[in-house]
Amino acid sequence: MELLAFGDSGWGDELFRATLMTIAVSITAMIIGFLFALIFTPLKLSKNKFLNFIANSYTTIIRGVPELLVIYLFFFGGTGAVMFVASIFGYNEYIEINAFITGAFAIGIISGAYSTEVFRGAIQSIDKGQFEAANVLGLNKFGKFFKIILPQTLRLAIPNLSNVWQITLKDTSLISVTGLVEIMRQSYIAAGSTRDPLFFYSFAAVLYLLLTFVSMKLINRLEVKYSRGY
Amino acid sequence: MDLELMINSLPKLLNAAVITLKLLSVSLIIGLFIGLFFAILRLNKNIFINRFAYGYSYVFRGTPLLVQIFIIYFGLGQIEYLRSTVLWVILKEPYWCAIIAFALNTGAYTSEILRSAFQTIKLGIIEAGKSLGISNKVIFYKIQIPIAIRQSLPAYGNEIILMMKGTSLASTVTIMDLTGVAKYIISTTFKPIEVFIVAGGIYLFMTFIIHNVIKFLEKKYSFN
Repeated sequence: MELLAFGDSGWGDELFRATLMTIAVSITAMIIGFLFALIFTPLKLSKNKFLNFIANSYTTIIRGVPELLVIYLFFFGGTGAVMFVASIFGYNEYIEINAFITGAFAIGIISGAYSTEVFRGAIQSIDKGQFEAANVLGLNKFGKFFKIILPQTLRLAIPNLSNVWQITLKDTSLISVTGLVEIMRQSYIAAGSTRDPLFFYSFAAVLYLLLTFVSMKLINRLEVKYSRGY
Repeated sequence: MDLELMINSLPKLLNAAVITLKLLSVSLIIGLFIGLFFAILRLNKNIFINRFAYGYSYVFRGTPLLVQIFIIYFGLGQIEYLRSTVLWVILKEPYWCAIIAFALNTGAYTSEILRSAFQTIKLGIIEAGKSLGISNKVIFYKIQIPIAIRQSLPAYGNEIILMMKGTSLASTVTIMDLTGVAKYIISTTFKPIEVFIVAGGIYLFMTFIIHNVIKFLEKKYSFN
């Protein structure tokens, strides 16, 4: 227990901050993932073959290649890519991107591929009659999407999105290889300096279990809220 | 684009892919037995046995695979007692530690897949077996298990692909698998995109093969 004391003598406060960091990276990655899903879901559903091909390549490649490899690509390639874009605009100084942004972006792209599949499935399983009814009521495009389609999509998508959230949360442990101090990295540091890896990695496992448990409880509430009337 | 680097690194990466496949197949075989064992425990009516099996799958599915590998590789070596037993021969090798972690992890997911497959078997099939005078044991091994395996093929196919991606974590405990070698080449040449294309291509190719083998098996063992 001394090992977990707050302050200078223990690792309690460091691990607490690391847990907050894990939550922050997970939420940021999830939001980036939603933005990717927002772009790629319409492409997947589009009738244009070329747009279809682009969206399918995105989801197939990301879901078929290990997360760690994607993270290495961003970790080693991210700086180069940003500097290349900056050099087009005439900025040639060295740019260093911080580990948080690289990590959240890499995990976000992975999370986005799973979210895209979830949204595609949810929209496809909405009854055709709903689209037709919206047309008959004379709703415009925005009204149709925000008042009729989106609420139903969310109801169908939330159970699967909670799986995506779990995957995203667990994937953030991989960002530790880039040096971002989240739960895994902090446990690695603590294990190294106290020579007690068994305790600290087990404690990390408990922290992750706690995070998945609490987030499941919260998501269940959302599920109840969005299935009113069913 | 550095084509020369891509061509030069291809044989090295293919060699490493063999290690990835070895890790994958060994852990899948062990994991399948673990999964079947815990799926049967889950169906047990004794609440203690039931809870124990549920706890196992909850813990292994709720924590990252990376934590599991680190606990087994770095953590278990710390227990003095273990170092003096025969187990230490296995636990000091990163290769076997990775396999133990992968097998326990995939075992947890497999047990869930098999459990839900067992529960969706129609009662009528079991009753038909009983009315033919077949013993409970034979019904379980010759009727329930084959049907459950067929039912769980699509979900298990996904699990194999997830596990293949999971083996990339072996590179964090010094094993030079496909991801390990890819990372080494990236960090010595600083050409991440080229190496990513080649290594990612090999992974995608393996995913493609696994996907099609499962599809073929599904067709072969379909009920219609």
